[in-house]
Amino acid sequence: MSLINLTLRIWRQSGPEAQGAFHTYESGPISTSMSFLEMLDVLNERLILSGEEAVAFDHDCREGICGMCGSVVNGKPHGPEQKTTLCQLHMRHFKDGDTLVIEPFRSRAFKLVKDLIVDRSAFDAIIAEGGYVSVNTGGTPDANTIPIPNPTAEQALDAAECIGCGACVAACPNASAMLFVGAKVSHLSLLPQGQPERNQRALAMVKKMDKLGFGNCGNEKRCEKACPKGISISNIARLNREFMKAVLFSNEK
Amino acid sequence: MQLDHRIPSGPLTEKWDRFRFETKLVNPANKRKFDIIVVGTGLAGASASATLGELGYNVKTFCIQDSPRRAHSIAAQGGINAAKNYPNDGDSIWRLFYDTVKGGDFRAREANVYRLAQISNQIIDQCVAQGVPFAREYGGLLTNRSFGGAQVSRTFYARGQTGQQLLLGAYSALMRQVKAGKVTLFPRSEMMDLVVIDGQARGIVTRNLITGAIESHTAHAVVLATGGYGNAYYLSTNAMASNVTATWRAYKRGACFANPCFVQIHPTCIPVHGTYQSKLTLMSESLRNDGRVWVPSKKGDQRRPAEIPESERDFYLEKKYPSFGNLVPRDVASRNAKEQCDAGKGVGETGLAVYLDFADAIKRLGEESIRRKYGNLFHMYEKITGQDPIKEPMTIYPAVHYTMGGLWVDYHLMSTVPGLYVLGEANFSDHGANRLGASALMQGLADGYFVLPATIGAHFATATLPKIDTNHVAFTEAKKTVHERIQTLLSINGKRTADDFHRELGHLLWDHCGMARNEAGLKKALHNLPELKKKFWSDLKVTGSGAELNQTLERAGRVADFIEFAEIMILDALAREESCGCHFREESQTEEHEAKRQDDTFSHVSAWQYQGEGQTPLLHKEPLVFDNVKLSQRSYK
Repeated sequence: MSLINLTLRIWRQSGPEAQGAFHTYESGPISTSMSFLEMLDVLNERLILSGEEAVAFDHDCREGICGMCGSVVNGKPHGPEQKTTLCQLHMRHFKDGDTLVIEPFRSRAFKLVKDLIVDRSAFDAIIAEGGYVSVNTGGTPDANTIPIPNPTAEQALDAAECIGCGACVAACPNASAMLFVGAKVSHLSLLPQGQPERNQRALAMVKKMDKLGFGNCGNEKRCEKACPKGISISNIARLNREFMKAVLFSNEK
Repeated sequence: MQLDHRIPSGPLTEKWDRFRFETKLVNPANKRKFDIIVVGTGLAGASASATLGELGYNVKTFCIQDSPRRAHSIAAQGGINAAKNYPNDGDSIWRLFYDTVKGGDFRAREANVYRLAQISNQIIDQCVAQGVPFAREYGGLLTNRSFGGAQVSRTFYARGQTGQQLLLGAYSALMRQVKAGKVTLFPRSEMMDLVVIDGQARGIVTRNLITGAIESHTAHAVVLATGGYGNAYYLSTNAMASNVTATWRAYKRGACFANPCFVQIHPTCIPVHGTYQSKLTLMSESLRNDGRVWVPSKKGDQRRPAEIPESERDFYLEKKYPSFGNLVPRDVASRNAKEQCDAGKGVGETGLAVYLDFADAIKRLGEESIRRKYGNLFHMYEKITGQDPIKEPMTIYPAVHYTMGGLWVDYHLMSTVPGLYVLGEANFSDHGANRLGASALMQGLADGYFVLPATIGAHFATATLPKIDTNHVAFTEAKKTVHERIQTLLSINGKRTADDFHRELGHLLWDHCGMARNEAGLKKALHNLPELKKKFWSDLKVTGSGAELNQTLERAGRVADFIEFAEIMILDALAREESCGCHFREESQTEEHEAKRQDDTFSHVSAWQYQGEGQTPLLHKEPLVFDNVKLSQRSYK
């Protein structure tokens, strides 16, 4: 463990309509075994004691699974480490004297709330359109009734690992949510339980995604690179197939 | 006040069926006339909201995060238990029931636990139907693994992220009801008070975390699924926002708090490494299936683990508990780790850690197989510590993880405030003095999908619930109190942050009300608490205002409640002079330093009732009756 000093340039904006700007702070001595968010905690403690408002940032589980945290660090959503959420990024990956530029996930569909916090409720709205199997509680068959080949279940889980953090949208030049939507559509269309609503799901979720102002996929693959869970871009290809099949061969509108 | 558990009569195996038959139902057409508030969207809250919506009730669902999918159930790693007996290894509903009662050191209600075991199988069916991608055999059928405190394999899992997959299942069912218009979501809303009118829970007051607005919401019943209070210790495996505020406010409105001293310290967490640390990270108990726990046999051995020959390693769990070995229940594993470290055999920078070693399993099964099983856990461990558990044993140490205590509920899951229901970790009901691994997910989903939807109708069918609105004096008064409290927090303008006070509280509790407790220590903590509270309310610094998003203010409010709550935790630990499960009173131990229960005096649930500011709460005792299991001192030898 050693100590490093950093210069932090952090986006401060008091509300959605307010004018935002970068503010520069000296981090003070930071232990390299701290997590990135603990580094922000240390800064915030100092700001509060000096009477300045703390930097607002979303976070909760701090173990990389809730999907609540996320900021762009030096141009990269969740920072420089691959397959790592911001809360799991540790300061040992930075050097003494580094300057870190920290800003929110920017996208037309994610309205800024305050400082580093954005509104990602658009993701919930997309799920509400069909990101589920329509079964009520009770009356379901025994869990072993339908065998599912192990590789299929594993592939479905690869897609279902998405934590809904929004880094894919922030990374994409078109602010596309195709990786997020593709992951959910893939998860369910791979499984037998997802078959009955397969066409309707793809159509409804894509329609909602467009309506909310997310862009289309331009094959830049930056989403895949930014994804802390390593969700593969092949899920976007599957989403495109599902969507085309539904448009061309189903009766769903 | 008399605590009435409302357990149906008749044989244990028939109680739940009998209850469902004898309970008054609400006609389907009438369900839409009832509004239900659900606070919290973890496994219990999300599954309850979805199911109540499906049944036709109007549901208003609240969470403090930006989306219901973020609740901390999402972080559960290992799995979910069920008595399916798919591996044909001798499991049954009765065995799951027995293991859970025994694992809880005979401090849970038989009837509740049996119901939980019965429902466990339906939960797996439900989740599979939703598309939860559980692990499967190559033939396509579901696979199981074993967990602590059981000698059968009954745990269903999805890699090391079972909680995530189950929560996303419940969340998707919830969003389906949002789309259907049966559930209204209130994200980024924090419950600040419970509103009780004519003795019935009729609504809540919330703070909109974006605008700061204090808002009133009415309902015919209120459901709390707000999780546990482990963050009272500051450092725990809980999420940063996990708090006691909702249940504490309900307590102050008349809901009894049961067994608050029952706090589970999980044996396998990444050790503490600095004062700035904000949370502790769990490494799933499932790792103990293949990992072997050891410390150097010699005190203060500074050699690297690889340099210590097998003969100089102390595999203390295997040695002491030959039949369960590394898979003893959590409380036993934690206490033994503490014992080794207290004896100077701890490892790592601080000496507060033991090894969890996979070398033998890698030799036996191959690196590939171990990576497949635990890959994401190893990845997480490496992210945090910078070390690869394949090359060097993990270092682990116990950390506060789960709270078995919670608001007292009867068989209906109703608290002592009529119309106030409590689900999941927020209630006290099923785990006694110690929860077995993979049982929290089971209980959360049992409560939400199956128990509450079957019991809440009884309240609507029998209670008199006159029409009310938010202009009722109970709402305006609650709003006023909330408002004033916020103004006070903002106006102190002292010199210390809420986190700073929280750390101080955490140390106090960990030192005196942690893994081992004694009368002198508990009394000392009780003595120091009022001083801490006084300092908090005179030297706190909160910046910003109440009329905006203000995380500093949010935190201050939660810490204030943790400080108040700590008192009943310590009082409860002091009153329970026996050791049981996680609660180890040094005065009550066997010659081999195992927990020694005192069934004659303490075979009861302790339920604390609020008596007003500055008054000692009143202790009620619900006797525990065991007709179906024979009480014994737990042995895992």
